Amino acid sequence: MSRSETGLLSIQDLSLSIHGLPILKNVSMDVAPGRILGVIGESGSGKSITAFSVLQLLPGGASCTGSITLSGKDILSLSEAELCGLRGRDVGMVFQEPMTALNPLKTIGDQVAETILIHERVSKAEAMVRAADALRRAELPQERFPLSRYPHELSGGQRQRVVIAMAIALRPKLLIADEPTTALDVTTQAQILDLLKRLVAEGGMGLVLISHDLAVVADLADDLVIMRQGEVVESGPAKALFGNLQHPYSRALLEASAHVPERRQEVLDLPLLQVREVVRDYTGHTHGWWGKTTQFRAVDGVSFEIRKGESLGLVGESGCGKSTLTRAILGLEEVQGGEILFDGLPVFTHHHANQIVRRRMQVVFQDPYGSFNPRWKVDRLITEPFHLLANPPKGAERDRAIAEALESVGLSAADAQKYIHEFSGGQRQRIAIARALIIKPDLIILDEAVSALDVSVRAQVLDLLADLAGRFGLTYLFISHDLSVVRSITDRVLVMKSGKIVEEGPTNTVFDRPSHPYTQQLVAAAPVLPAGIA
Amino acid sequence: MSLLFHSRTLLPGAVLTLLFTAAALISLVWVPYDTTVVDIANRMKPPSWLHPFGTDQFGRDILSMIMVGARTSIAVALVAVGIGMAVGVPLGLAAAARKGGLMDEIIMRANDLVFAFPSLLIAVMITAVFGASALNAIIAIGIFNIPVFARLTRGAALSLWNREYILAARVAGKGSARISLEHILPNVANLLIVQGTIQFSLGILAEAGLSYVGLGAQPPTASWGRMLADSQTMISLAPHLALFPGLAILLTVLGLNLLGDGLRDSLDPKLRRART
Amino acid sequence: MLQYFLKRLLSLGLSLVAASVVIFLALEVVPGDPASYMLGLNAQEDTLAALRQELGLGGSLFERYATWAGGLLVGDFGTSYTYRTPVAGMIADRLWVSLPLALYALVLSTLIAFPAGIWAASRRGSHADGAVMGVTQLGIAIPNFWFAMLMVLVFAINLRWFSAGGFPGWDAGFFVALKALTLPAIALALPQASILTRVMRSSLLDTLGEDFIRTARAKGLSKGQALWRHAVRNALIPVLTILGLQFSFLLAGAIIIENVFFLPGLGRLVFQSISARDLIVVESVVMLLVFAVIVVNFTVDMAYAWVDPRLRRRR
Repeated sequence: MSRSETGLLSIQDLSLSIHGLPILKNVSMDVAPGRILGVIGESGSGKSITAFSVLQLLPGGASCTGSITLSGKDILSLSEAELCGLRGRDVGMVFQEPMTALNPLKTIGDQVAETILIHERVSKAEAMVRAADALRRAELPQERFPLSRYPHELSGGQRQRVVIAMAIALRPKLLIADEPTTALDVTTQAQILDLLKRLVAEGGMGLVLISHDLAVVADLADDLVIMRQGEVVESGPAKALFGNLQHPYSRALLEASAHVPERRQEVLDLPLLQVREVVRDYTGHTHGWWGKTTQFRAVDGVSFEIRKGESLGLVGESGCGKSTLTRAILGLEEVQGGEILFDGLPVFTHHHANQIVRRRMQVVFQDPYGSFNPRWKVDRLITEPFHLLANPPKGAERDRAIAEALESVGLSAADAQKYIHEFSGGQRQRIAIARALIIKPDLIILDEAVSALDVSVRAQVLDLLADLAGRFGLTYLFISHDLSVVRSITDRVLVMKSGKIVEEGPTNTVFDRPSHPYTQQLVAAAPVLPAGIA
Repeated sequence: MSLLFHSRTLLPGAVLTLLFTAAALISLVWVPYDTTVVDIANRMKPPSWLHPFGTDQFGRDILSMIMVGARTSIAVALVAVGIGMAVGVPLGLAAAARKGGLMDEIIMRANDLVFAFPSLLIAVMITAVFGASALNAIIAIGIFNIPVFARLTRGAALSLWNREYILAARVAGKGSARISLEHILPNVANLLIVQGTIQFSLGILAEAGLSYVGLGAQPPTASWGRMLADSQTMISLAPHLALFPGLAILLTVLGLNLLGDGLRDSLDPKLRRART
Repeated sequence: MLQYFLKRLLSLGLSLVAASVVIFLALEVVPGDPASYMLGLNAQEDTLAALRQELGLGGSLFERYATWAGGLLVGDFGTSYTYRTPVAGMIADRLWVSLPLALYALVLSTLIAFPAGIWAASRRGSHADGAVMGVTQLGIAIPNFWFAMLMVLVFAINLRWFSAGGFPGWDAGFFVALKALTLPAIALALPQASILTRVMRSSLLDTLGEDFIRTARAKGLSKGQALWRHAVRNALIPVLTILGLQFSFLLAGAIIIENVFFLPGLGRLVFQSISARDLIVVESVVMLLVFAVIVVNFTVDMAYAWVDPRLRRRR
């Protein structure tokens, strides 16, 4: 790559260490005006720290060697004051977490105008006019989103647009977006990506788009850099690169992203779980205990069935009622209308969860870190569901059950004596599955169970789930916002929106020929890998 | 255990705390001089080899008085913290388990109400009705500690109730009382220990203040606050009368605060993770 | 905003009622009845009967509470048994010492704590930060009445800059009176300023770690600009809570400090009344102080809404 002379940003042989600990090793990449550079890597690859080193917003104790050149200026030799003049004016930045990226106490107008006021000698009034313009370019029109709004009055996607407006207010030459859509729903993600693409096309701005999601970057980027453990593994123009990946890691990454686990399982034509016309209302106390109450219908007349041995997907965006439905099925919350039957037995009887039913269902949650009590050892953690049994196994029998559960998820019996912090994210998710398996349930609800995992780990866990389903005759209810994962592991799928099931059918049919407008929108918004390469 | 030495404040804090605890314990079996015997011939002697901290206006040895006073201070503060924890922690756990419910509302409003009564006012009311005693101080400081622990426990417990491992425990059929004991309490214990040392030190200060104004321990029970009150009129004649009890309070409180800070730094999993 | 205000106001009213009930009931549990308690063992039968009459002890518990609380509402605190004067007047006189003292201390503590806390946080890990942390550690641990005694020894007895105690009254001139309150106010303020400094510092450090500070830095703000424009106001939210709590500590602490300096404030009044077994005065002063604490907490809630738009918004 020798475009560095004509390029906008050029990083050459950048190495970075924090308190002597090497983080980046000889990283090089270039961005040309009007082009999009995609930087891909799993957690710990150093992709974000590379971005922050361009702005020199690094944690204490960090030191860089190599060179970072922005329009001919050597960034590493600039003083702090010169860097302040550069940040926000020449380089804008968009962050991952829109919910916390804005100051909650200042209006969005003030926050966008601040970018202008800090760099140019203009009046407050003029800055506000230009802030309104920047917000408009970020597609937050003044009629609906006046400057006087506070961040808490906006949704996640709208806040991300405010952050983008701040970053582009002075029409910088370079925009760095660090996982800008990871925290957003898939339809919002598509809109934000479109916006970024349009901004690049309009202004001749260069864009560095950092993501863990190959599909997100593949849709958009002109050039690609694949990083692993602080090093660039492979780089080049996106089209050429995707067709001809050289490094084994990049190929493994691509394969993992498009991974479809092999499933051999018999689906019986017997209903295991029947959900009929279920309604769940929440009563909110908006004005404290004495104030008036508001009703919110989280689940609105939902009906479906899962057959024995089936893997049913449930997709929907945040707030659609998925989690409420899950809690109702698990017998954690009573429903206000309809009924839930498990193998013909009601989940709830006389305001109490039916223990006989409960011990035949388990759940695996999303967060591999928050799912375990940090003070317990693995044996105690995974035997917690024994509480549901009338005569839980004891002594040698218990040890056998623990060993069996751990071994069936690919861990060893010796792991029972460790604490949870000794395991990686993927291993923790295996332990969560072991916890679900230990009482030999019929149904396992997988609530975004692989969403927090890196793609390569995710592929392994999906394989494990497919394997376990075959071995133990398990039925899955697979809840996720990620359409590609749902497609790879389910037989049928339900699409949920605002508490209702809007579409239902065989997975391939629903995703290939969606009939409901919302499903069509979801499918269109989902980023996909370019055809032919997966 | 090497973890304990990551904090710079832990060791000095522990040493000071141990020193005064030891002084209190030793005073149970031995003191240099009997503090109940008046020795007018030796009154208001400045520090010497015989009396390292000097003697008071009745000729009593100040070192011995401070050792016995440590007993009073530590006993009062410890029992008061015990009351605060024993009542406050279960209330906080219960309130968090029923967040937004009537129970939660009642507990929190009651807390707010108690917070409106500084411990000194509670002591004033108790004394006005029952007369002054060390028990008053214990009750007054103890009552004041209840909302402190209830709020702390509730706040910490609430954030834990959102964790998925709590949901997992509920899926395993466990009730909220059992979850509070098995999952919540062990995970807020660190926080309670740290707050406990802080409340302990505040208790020592409060006890000293109460006995200084005569609302705490009564003669002949030796207490640091009373020693200071007695020395006040003689401060220009014999400053050492005021110096040593004051230093004793200062160092005990300082030691407990340093210990609390050190424990917080060592026990905080966030900081620990950053180090490893 | 109006809804928030009304809600807080309602809660203020309920707190006051609850507090008055607690205080009333607390003094109802006196051994025997209040009249015999106040007069002691050797009381004459007819004086006892007269006092019972005066205290309205004939009525039911509810009637007596209603009479007392009704009186409070119109500023009638009853008549002191020992001084034979209206309690309201006695309290008003003493309040002119105690209230300025508490406010003086609050102002001192805030004026010290805010700059010190911000300064320490902005130089985290430096020697300056270490020094501030060390001094505040001592400030928290020092018993304020002992510190007051030491100040009397140094500044009043040895250096003779201040008088050792007493209060000339506001009639003697504003600055003369203020000077008499200076040592007591410093003694009161020292521990509070130390606590406030540490809270300010740690709250600011937490805020400086927030994502929106990083956003501000990415816009081109220097560290100092990000601190002043974005961190300080956000960091104030927990500081306000502590400030509110401190007022009650200052009022309570004033009771003790007034005794060190022989100031004729509410604290002295309380102790005189306790030794004279004048329950009416004790009850009234406690009620007044609790009232002050509750009103200050209400003010703090209002200040929250001023700082935080998330509360201001009408939901």
